[in-house]
Amino acid sequence: MTDERIKQVSALRRAMIRPELGATTGTLLVFLFFLLIAGDSGMFSPEGIRNWTVVSAQFAIIAVGACLLMIAGEFDLSVGSMIGFAGVVIAILSVQMGWPVWAAILAAFAICLALGWVNGMLVIKTGLPSFIVTLAFLYILRGLTIWLSILTTRQTIIGGVKDVAQNDWLAFLFGGVVLKDLFAWFADIGLIEKFVAGTRAGQPVVEGVPMLVIWALLLVAFGHVLLTRTKFGNWIFAAGGDAQAARYVGVPVARVKVTMFMFTAFCACVFATCQVIEFGSAAADRGLLKEFEAIICVVIGGALLTGGYGSVIGAALGAIIFGVVQQGLFFSGAESSLFRVFLGTILILAVILNTYIRRMITGER
Amino acid sequence: MRKTLTAIAAAVFAVAGFAAPASAEGEKFVLVSHAPDSDSWWNTIKNAIAVAGDQMKVSVEYRNPPTGDLADMARIVEQAAASRPDGIIVTIADYDVLSGPITEAVARGIPVITINSGTVEQSKKLGALTHVGQPEYDAGFGAGERLGAAGAKKFLCVNHYITNPASVERCQGFAAALGVELGNQMIDAGQDPAEIQNKVSAFLQSNPDTNAILALGPTSAHPTLAALEQSGKAGSMMFGTFDLSGEIAAGIKAGKIDFAIDQQPYLQGYLPVVFLTNLARYGVMPSNPVNSGPGFVTKDNIELVEKLAGQYR
Repeated sequence: MTDERIKQVSALRRAMIRPELGATTGTLLVFLFFLLIAGDSGMFSPEGIRNWTVVSAQFAIIAVGACLLMIAGEFDLSVGSMIGFAGVVIAILSVQMGWPVWAAILAAFAICLALGWVNGMLVIKTGLPSFIVTLAFLYILRGLTIWLSILTTRQTIIGGVKDVAQNDWLAFLFGGVVLKDLFAWFADIGLIEKFVAGTRAGQPVVEGVPMLVIWALLLVAFGHVLLTRTKFGNWIFAAGGDAQAARYVGVPVARVKVTMFMFTAFCACVFATCQVIEFGSAAADRGLLKEFEAIICVVIGGALLTGGYGSVIGAALGAIIFGVVQQGLFFSGAESSLFRVFLGTILILAVILNTYIRRMITGER
Repeated sequence: MRKTLTAIAAAVFAVAGFAAPASAEGEKFVLVSHAPDSDSWWNTIKNAIAVAGDQMKVSVEYRNPPTGDLADMARIVEQAAASRPDGIIVTIADYDVLSGPITEAVARGIPVITINSGTVEQSKKLGALTHVGQPEYDAGFGAGERLGAAGAKKFLCVNHYITNPASVERCQGFAAALGVELGNQMIDAGQDPAEIQNKVSAFLQSNPDTNAILALGPTSAHPTLAALEQSGKAGSMMFGTFDLSGEIAAGIKAGKIDFAIDQQPYLQGYLPVVFLTNLARYGVMPSNPVNSGPGFVTKDNIELVEKLAGQYR
């Protein structure tokens, strides 16, 4: 019994080294905590739940991309700028240049995927750390975003998307609300309150499930299956664990990494499109700091910054923790500027725990 | 486990230690602004709601998106409505983004007063009870008229918050009053003082015929003043700024700044709390919107203002 591959591993240890473990307990404790402290503040009323669900779903969308990329051993710091850029592209094409909204959205996705490809190829071809390459794009895209919007509208906010997006089939897939009938029924049987004034009097305060949430669920499911059930998923782990060893055994490391950069850009574009369609405008400052928020979700979810280890489910739980904590602190009436203190604390503790786990796995001291 | 336990401890500390004090009279209001954490100007409004909260015996919470991202602000407005306050005070930083959340809050029967950014028309369309603020384009236009009369021809507009449409309108109003195109006379200064100072210096070096500067608030005015002092142009360059601070007041006294446009932010924080409290208790509300500004602070009236700059003015 000297072969480590067939060594017996205790069930406890096996549970402990699952990447989701920390995030799962964290999620439960965060919910418990806010149920106790903010249970009667409206946080767990239907519209309160919608509030933190939507925020968590936003985080989850970009966290899935960031998670797979991080497991593949790379970072993308241009996610936030990409969100702002994609939004402005959609708004300029649809509102300023009169394209149909579906065409503008498809164009934005094409441009984002191309930018993701450029990011990836630059990293592969130059051998520079992705940290530096994507940091460059953080500035390039943000600058382009401001320049483009000032150039076309002399403003940094481009509105009017809501009007042109009405009845657009693709826009509905990003900004629509589904299960309206179910929620109307909930309101009729008194589960959800109704508006009491204005033009929407009589309608339920929560009209349905935003497509944003559906996208988050789909992306998480897709990422999880891709990572754990497919050959490509194994390649992602291999490329991030030890790229050279992976090449020796025939993994197309360059292709895996470039694909993951493109997937991250895709996620950023989903985020941007949902936001533009929902709010009816694009602005040059959208997505500020989102790249770090995505990384925080992934790290809270148990992925290692060095690559080769992590879980999409963990990242999704990290997004829930992030969203619930952020909105929950508002509900509990805590000073909102302390949110970042709390966030930093969670982040550092999560990283310490992850480092501890890595030592357990690798046996290094 | 250890991680999460400690995290919980941190949260308990955060919430227990710094929660807004509950008050005896019970009304709870939320003020949602668009200002990023780094914007010091909003301190006056924070002070104003604290004073109003004490006087009226109500609790007023201040909320803002940390990076100034207006989409985040929309979520905060939704959240504020979900927490069922007795009233919401909110800036209309962008009509498109905020119209959904604000009209939803109104439709829930929550009294809403809009302040600061946005127009009276927008406020009415949203169903808000009233608006307390300063018309941005007009304020920029007024500043342009003053400096134009003094001979301003080519100017620099130092915009430290270029992603807020209202900021751009101020520069546009200024340009319109001088009768010139805005063009590249507005710079995206960013929020970092050293960066702003160097950008202003660089602009003045490459555009030596510039004879007037408009800064959009303390964030851009302080570094701009430093840049002018460095190049020896302080006092000779025509220099107007939006808003007041201790440093700006001192600059006006020393003749380095010609005027500060005072939108009297204190009133924008104070009055809505008073209005909403009286609405909740006695059902009364003024029927006209309130123009809190613009007022011009110059060398003549600076004495009055200086002592309180940065706190209540």
